Amino acid sequence: MVAAINHIEDPKINAILREVSDPEIPVLSIMDMGVVRSVERVGEHELLIKITPTYSGCPAMDTIATDIMLALGGAGFKTKVELVLSPAWTTDWITEYGRKQLQEYGIAPPESESLDKAALIDGKRVVACPQCKSKNTEMVSQFGSTACKALFKCLDCLEPFDYFKCLK
Amino acid sequence: MKSNNLYQYLLLLGDHSMILGHRLSELCGHGPSLETDIALTNISLDLFGQVRSYFQYAAKLAGGDATENTIAYLRTERKYLSSTILEQENRDFAHVIVRQFLFDVYHRLLLEELQNSKDDQIAAIATKSLKEVKYHLRFSTSWMNRLGAGTEESNQRMQVALDYLLPMAHELVTASDIETAMKDEEIAPDLNVLAIEYWTQVKAVIQESNLKYPEFKDRVVRGKQGIHSEHMGRLLSEFQYMQRAYPNMQW
Ligand SMILES: [Zn+2]
Repeated sequence: MVAAINHIEDPKINAILREVSDPEIPVLSIMDMGVVRSVERVGEHELLIKITPTYSGCPAMDTIATDIMLALGGAGFKTKVELVLSPAWTTDWITEYGRKQLQEYGIAPPESESLDKAALIDGKRVVACPQCKSKNTEMVSQFGSTACKALFKCLDCLEPFDYFKCLK
Repeated sequence: MKSNNLYQYLLLLGDHSMILGHRLSELCGHGPSLETDIALTNISLDLFGQVRSYFQYAAKLAGGDATENTIAYLRTERKYLSSTILEQENRDFAHVIVRQFLFDVYHRLLLEELQNSKDDQIAAIATKSLKEVKYHLRFSTSWMNRLGAGTEESNQRMQVALDYLLPMAHELVTASDIETAMKDEEIAPDLNVLAIEYWTQVKAVIQESNLKYPEFKDRVVRGKQGIHSEHMGRLLSEFQYMQRAYPNMQW
């Protein structure tokens, strides 16, 4: 988490935020996604949470904001959620645990910028299939089921899968 | 006046993404293949995301009852400031790709410059959007190459689209009064400088795609002044339908 000046680390609040997920990738909490930028206490029971969108057009942001308010509201906090654009989100902010979660869910986590380019532009076989781990995979489409993903298929187990595109 | 110019500039930026985004949204469920259908609607979604950022900011400047939605839906045709090329119809996939490519080259160069805008919010939106637009440009360039260097028919269709659309592209990189005012305040880049790089890149891709740079005279187009082609009225009647039929409706 890139903390704002008044950012607080409160285990109780963090635990509640861990329960909120992106509705399009339910296994991944918004904390592991790197969407929550800061938590600020503005009153005894009042919080200001700053979140940032993954992609500009991400339709999940409104839902995420509502879910945060409901979750923290249930714990007695009056919460305001603010959308911030700068600094812009990058896939580097997905935590190690988050990457593991993606993998188990069947989405190949983002590769480094250079490997990502090799896979998406030069058609190199570098992205590992989340099912069988083979790197004998090929891109079907640079754009996939949501803005953040590309569509791949595995040439060994023949399963199609989503690849979370590197965004830097 | 200072903030009025900024307000108008935000409309201009947002309208460019919005009008093209709307044209792309018309292809939802109608793309030539599943992958291209998904790609074009994903690009549309990115563009609309940018529109929301620009118009939320514009609504803040305008104050009162203005919202991103009133700005998007409740203007008359003359108040939309998008370049004429963007409202052109989806005649066939070649037209869709050429229009996209001519815009993407401009869009990337513009956003690269806007990252250093003196206006912090515009700089933040540009930095965010640039990451997405790089993907758009990759997509449209690869289709320029594939169709230009594809079959005789695909090459010929691409050439028809290029001959039709290229004479309108100059508007993208020709400064309107608003853009000049913004350049003077160091909020927007100098389009005269940007134009040089624009044409270099456009010509290079036309050449590598086995297409001919058409001999043409620039068409007189004044979309950025709010004077649009015949297609804009029909586009807006579809785009604004819900708000006109059911004023203030909400989902
Ligand atoms: Zn596999």
